[in-house]
Amino acid sequence: MDQKNLRIWEARCTQEEPPKCKAKCPLHVDGRELCRLLAAGQVDKAWAVLCKTMPFPGITARICDGICQKDCLREKVGGGIKVAALEQFCAENAKRTPPVRALPDKGKKIAVFGAFLPGLAAAWDLGKKGFSVTVFCDNKFEALESQLNKTITKNIFEKELSQLGKMNVSFEENCLINAELVFNTQKDFDAIFVDPLSCPSEQLGIAPPDAATLQTEKENLFASVGLSIGSPVSLIAIGRKGALSIERAMQNASLTAGRDRDNPFETRLYTNISNVQTVPPVEIPENGYSQEQAKKEAGRCLLCECMECVNNCVYLEEFKKYPKAYARQIYNNASIVMGTRQANNLINSCMLCGLCEEVCPDNFSMKDLCLEARQDLVEKGHMPPSAHEFAFRDMEFADSSSCSLVKHEKGLKKSRQVFFPGCQLTASDPGAVERSYKHLCSTLEGGTGLMLRCCGAPADWAGQKDMFNRKMESLERDWISLGRPIIIAACPSCIESLRKGLPEAEIRSLWSDLASGHKELQQVTEARKLSLQDPCSARHNHELMADVRNLLSSMEISFNEPELSGAMTECCGFGGLLASANEPLSVKVAERRGEKLSDDGITYCAMCRDLLAKAGKRCMHILDIIFPSGIADAAARPAPGYSERRENRVRLKENLLKELWYEGIPPRNDYESILIEFTDEAHKLMEERRILLSDVQKTIQAAQDSGKELENIETGHKLVHFRPVTVTYWVEYEKSEINKYLVHRVWSHRMRILGGVS
Amino acid sequence: MSTLKVLNEDFSSWKCSVCNEALKPAPVELEYLDSVFNVELPSCPKCGLVLIPEDLALGKMGEVERLLEDK
Repeated sequence: MDQKNLRIWEARCTQEEPPKCKAKCPLHVDGRELCRLLAAGQVDKAWAVLCKTMPFPGITARICDGICQKDCLREKVGGGIKVAALEQFCAENAKRTPPVRALPDKGKKIAVFGAFLPGLAAAWDLGKKGFSVTVFCDNKFEALESQLNKTITKNIFEKELSQLGKMNVSFEENCLINAELVFNTQKDFDAIFVDPLSCPSEQLGIAPPDAATLQTEKENLFASVGLSIGSPVSLIAIGRKGALSIERAMQNASLTAGRDRDNPFETRLYTNISNVQTVPPVEIPENGYSQEQAKKEAGRCLLCECMECVNNCVYLEEFKKYPKAYARQIYNNASIVMGTRQANNLINSCMLCGLCEEVCPDNFSMKDLCLEARQDLVEKGHMPPSAHEFAFRDMEFADSSSCSLVKHEKGLKKSRQVFFPGCQLTASDPGAVERSYKHLCSTLEGGTGLMLRCCGAPADWAGQKDMFNRKMESLERDWISLGRPIIIAACPSCIESLRKGLPEAEIRSLWSDLASGHKELQQVTEARKLSLQDPCSARHNHELMADVRNLLSSMEISFNEPELSGAMTECCGFGGLLASANEPLSVKVAERRGEKLSDDGITYCAMCRDLLAKAGKRCMHILDIIFPSGIADAAARPAPGYSERRENRVRLKENLLKELWYEGIPPRNDYESILIEFTDEAHKLMEERRILLSDVQKTIQAAQDSGKELENIETGHKLVHFRPVTVTYWVEYEKSEINKYLVHRVWSHRMRILGGVS
Repeated sequence: MSTLKVLNEDFSSWKCSVCNEALKPAPVELEYLDSVFNVELPSCPKCGLVLIPEDLALGKMGEVERLLEDK
């Protein structure tokens, strides 16, 4: 990602855009922050927010006409927030006003002609920036007397004028402001601002000034066309605009750059108000709000923000920011030459499920961002080895000769179609695969082959392009060896992966085949309440989602759908290899999704089924209903552990070879004959630490061969270690009988032991 | 390279089965992603067979592994 791309990514996330009130205020006062603080009872801090933005806040806060109110999003759900009244409340009730400190003297003299609101505002802003300002006027109270005497007392007005004195602003009173005075005085000053209420540009005899900058045809003279006395805040904004132009002119900076948001503008911030309850405004008593009333009114503020994606994603919430900030972190991560890449975990924890893109008003896709970042990490050799290694080992095992199988239907030499159950369904529920395959063989003509192997999705999700391509090449060879049959896939991720990597193949879902032949299926008599879990990889596969719903309906199975369903479905925590890269977060995701399903879950993805089950949610795979195994309560079927998943794949192949093809079974590895028992604690550790039975068997076998072992003289336990490839495993056990071991503890590390240093 | 001392507990209840020697702290070299560390670990004084305790493997060692992976 280069800088330009980063900007494009950042621009798509509107979370940092200002709220409507701030965008629409001529002075861009942060009404949202004001309300947040007032609602929390922090009156002085709320007042400080106003003092930061408003010139002479004691006046401005009392005369603001609250033009933001009509644009407030609350307007549609009760009525716009009465910001002006809240500002007045602050002005009247704040106990502490932050001191105004002018910047050090810049050595530039500025003349302001006129002391109406625009002139005073220009003088305030310029004085604060360190300019020496002289205000020429008829009378320094002219703004009060002509415009404000109904709302402001002389006392308050004088108090703010005295602030101007502290900022090196002086008044030259009793002046008649006209073109002659302005032009005669010009030579004594570095720049001039003319208050349009005192002397509009027409009276100066010059062409209309530029509306965006108030620049005139005369050098360093800033003025405005005549204005009707309208919104006081808009008049103050004219003075502010002139002051900013003068500041830039004095710095020889561009007058125009980055000022497209000086005037009130349309914010891009999206805020979803569909679930907001209507709350009417707090009526304003004659003497203004009391503290309680102000708190209540401020409490109606929606505190506008987008966060659509973050509110719907445990992953985005986990990292405490929002996509714009994440894009920046990911960009910085890629730019690091020496130092720690802080965003690796962020990059590898996205489920790549695509929900954020669906809910974002600008279709920000964390999936695309993170996948690209992963590919970049892999390409540069910076991908943390531990992030996906366990998933790759699983993939390699599924494709090894112990589990993989490519065959025509028994007795046939060709396949019109081939069943591709996917390596996770075979790991999760091998019996269901067997029953499904037998059903397909008995109902479909032209020969139904079987392919047991991985679809390559883990490599794709991990950003391993080369590995994915290698997987797809080998998969293509298998497919060609069967005569390019139609692929009937049972897993939505397989369908996605196969369509990406094997575009020339026709891929159908098992569910579409079963839906069309549902009459041969057993009717389910048991009525139960079910909640449908669409897997995230089915999100854009509308045909698949429709097939599943048809199938369930045709079997007279009634089901409800959670709020986020179909194209808006949520991931179970497996997607994007989250379970491999950040297991605790994956568990959190599964738990949260489980809570959203009101009844027992029903799904058509083996990983959704198992992750939800592991998180304690009762959940069935649709095959539990279509081809029931006979167990009493399928929704309570525990999710098999990592070692059991492997064993399930191996046994499935063995069973099928024996039963369907009457073939011999390939011999097992030697180490598998080592009989291992685990204490309950050790069993738990195995799952938590992702250590497989085969890792333990291999470690014990290696120790048997080398004789190297440690012994605890107190417990009699033995301790051995072995490093098959990249991880060193430690096994603490007691030997009960010959070749039978009771394992007490297991652990592992990735660091290599080079040996003792002499 | 100075030797890092990361363990305080006593591991002398573990002995090397082959040499019949109680383990004693000794400097051992560990490596991950091209970084080498010299760490004091319980080892057999005769054959050098090392013990990496569970708490160390999952604690400090795991932290260093993660740090190095993000370098």
